[in-house]
Amino acid sequence: MQRRTLDFWVGLFVTAGIAALMFLSLKVGNLSTYGVADSYVIKGNFDNIGGLKVRAPVKSSGVVVGRVADIQFSTQSYDAIVTMNIDSRYKFPKDTFASILTAGLLGEQYIGLAAGGDEVMLKEGDTIMKTNSAMVLEEMIGRFLFDKASEDDGF
Amino acid sequence: MFKQLASSISNIGSRAIDGIWRLGHAARFFLLVLLKSGTSFQRFGLVIRELYYVGVLSLIIIVVSGLFVGMVLGLQGYETLQKYGSESAVGTLVALSLVRELGPVVSALLFASRAGSAITAEIGLMKATEQLSAMGMMAVDPVSRVVAPRFWAGVISMPFLAAIFSVMGVFGGYLVTVMFIGVDVGSFWSQMQSNVDFRIDIINGFIKSCFFGVAVTAIAVFEGYDSPPTAEGVSGATTRTVVTSSLAILGLDFILTAFMFRGI
Amino acid sequence: MTSDTLVEISDLNFSYDARPILKGINMTMKRGQLIAIMGGSGSGKTTLLKLIGGEVIPSAGYVKFSDQVVHELDRDGLFEIRRKMGMLFQFGALFTDLSVFDNVAFQMREHTDLPESMIRDLVLMKLNAVGLRGAHHLMPAELSGGMARRVALARSIALDPMLMMFDEPFTGLDPISLSVIGSLIRRLTDTLGMTSIIVTHDVQESLSIVDYVYFVADGVIAAHGTPSEVRESVAPFVHQFVHGEVDGPVPFHYPAQSYPQDLNLEKTLV
Repeated sequence: MQRRTLDFWVGLFVTAGIAALMFLSLKVGNLSTYGVADSYVIKGNFDNIGGLKVRAPVKSSGVVVGRVADIQFSTQSYDAIVTMNIDSRYKFPKDTFASILTAGLLGEQYIGLAAGGDEVMLKEGDTIMKTNSAMVLEEMIGRFLFDKASEDDGF
Repeated sequence: MFKQLASSISNIGSRAIDGIWRLGHAARFFLLVLLKSGTSFQRFGLVIRELYYVGVLSLIIIVVSGLFVGMVLGLQGYETLQKYGSESAVGTLVALSLVRELGPVVSALLFASRAGSAITAEIGLMKATEQLSAMGMMAVDPVSRVVAPRFWAGVISMPFLAAIFSVMGVFGGYLVTVMFIGVDVGSFWSQMQSNVDFRIDIINGFIKSCFFGVAVTAIAVFEGYDSPPTAEGVSGATTRTVVTSSLAILGLDFILTAFMFRGI
Repeated sequence: MTSDTLVEISDLNFSYDARPILKGINMTMKRGQLIAIMGGSGSGKTTLLKLIGGEVIPSAGYVKFSDQVVHELDRDGLFEIRRKMGMLFQFGALFTDLSVFDNVAFQMREHTDLPESMIRDLVLMKLNAVGLRGAHHLMPAELSGGMARRVALARSIALDPMLMMFDEPFTGLDPISLSVIGSLIRRLTDTLGMTSIIVTHDVQESLSIVDYVYFVADGVIAAHGTPSEVRESVAPFVHQFVHGEVDGPVPFHYPAQSYPQDLNLEKTLV
């Protein structure tokens, strides 16, 4: 094997490998959708986060605007503090409503942001005041049965 | 009866001691290879030469297998997902299974049987035909001249091969589901992109393949260098390379997966 | 570097596991001498070469190469003296992935900074010395056994060693290749002024070219002398070896209990 042809093939191989890695990062993974853009941090307190996980999407009108960065339990207020990284291209008013929603019936959980009407925008480190906890199936069924029972008593 | 039992127990014991002894021997050899890797980087031509034999010649099997694995994943995934009406998630299924598991693991298994066995056989034969001794007598260290370049070539090729395997697999899945079955192109890619995470899935898959590359080539060069200098010695060592490195890949995969995805 | 002696072996012992291979060997090899070490198969001749090259370490005694004790050297020191040694392995041990040219050029490229044009000239000179200048582009797989050994010879003299060691250079060669190798060894020893050691059991070919002969049997030197002394020798072992007799001090039979006993004849006779 001539030295030059050998180098050529190896060069081609390495190029193909790097191209494959680039393809995986940009086209298959979502490197292009975050990390490149700047983001700012906001927090929200939830009574119950249900099955929300770190890295779950934060959506507004169905568009991914950020990701959940961290979930902590607070022993002061006895609720969950969820930290979110929001793409700095998207600004939200101070009275934005954050709720934990489920994609489909059994899908993953995400945070939905519904913008309010305040003039002041959320800044780095701000906390969302209005939150809505995750729906927990057992609680819903329990409440439904309880309501049904009290209706029966009334009659 | 009693004697038989005693002898079989002592047999197991001596095999265990033998295994531990060999493991220690292998670990020492591995360190030696790392210590003597200087030449490989000063004269990178040596590594490039081995990259051809280890990497380029493994390309065909990796490309073809990747394509087929992806096509099968697409078919099977579609069959199952359409029962739940979520056939648009087939892109996610194909990409996640490839990037996280199948890409690194299957390409490493193929690499072990294609390149690992070749490395063992080559080094073993060089030893059997006294080429390594001859090199030593010419004041050239065979570990730094023969073993280390092959080791590094394997370590460098493995992540590339795994990435190429995954890309071919995604392409195969795309062919089957989008081109033949008719899943929507847009949802195929967008579902994939919103669910495959760069850091969690792609970087971790890449790290896995690096580990596998080190494990397979380290086993291959050790078995070759340690093989008895006879025909059956070399053939036995080649078999051991494939068996041991396949087990090592699967075991390592479990450990790495447990580490990487535990908190998620 | 004043002394005339290149290799000095003193009271050398070597055992493999618990089995003694060499038991108290003493030899002196002068510069420019061509020496043969002969002995039956498995008598430890090849081990002796490995001890001189520092591949294995003696259990007692020492080998001195130009006044340095070989087994006391560190790795760098060992590699330093190995550059002054050449070794021809039994079947050549050519690097099968390199061409004939690259095989001969191997040591020059590894150990010197010579420009490629000079390496080319040197390689062709070395190949010319063994008569294979025209074969420089071939791969080792394309060579016959005798040619491969000549290439290996050219490779081992690439850096003009002070000491050449030949491990069974005559094994498996046809008579023509055999005498070609034999005369090459003699000629190169004289023209390069090196010391050569041949380990062999080919009596006739080696007696016709060497200056001095050592016989090794059971790990000790059984006899030594010049070829003419050896031919005349009446020592039973030497006589048996030189004339290739079936039975003698080296018995035909491996030690065993008596033949009738082994066949259970004695019992039936009773």
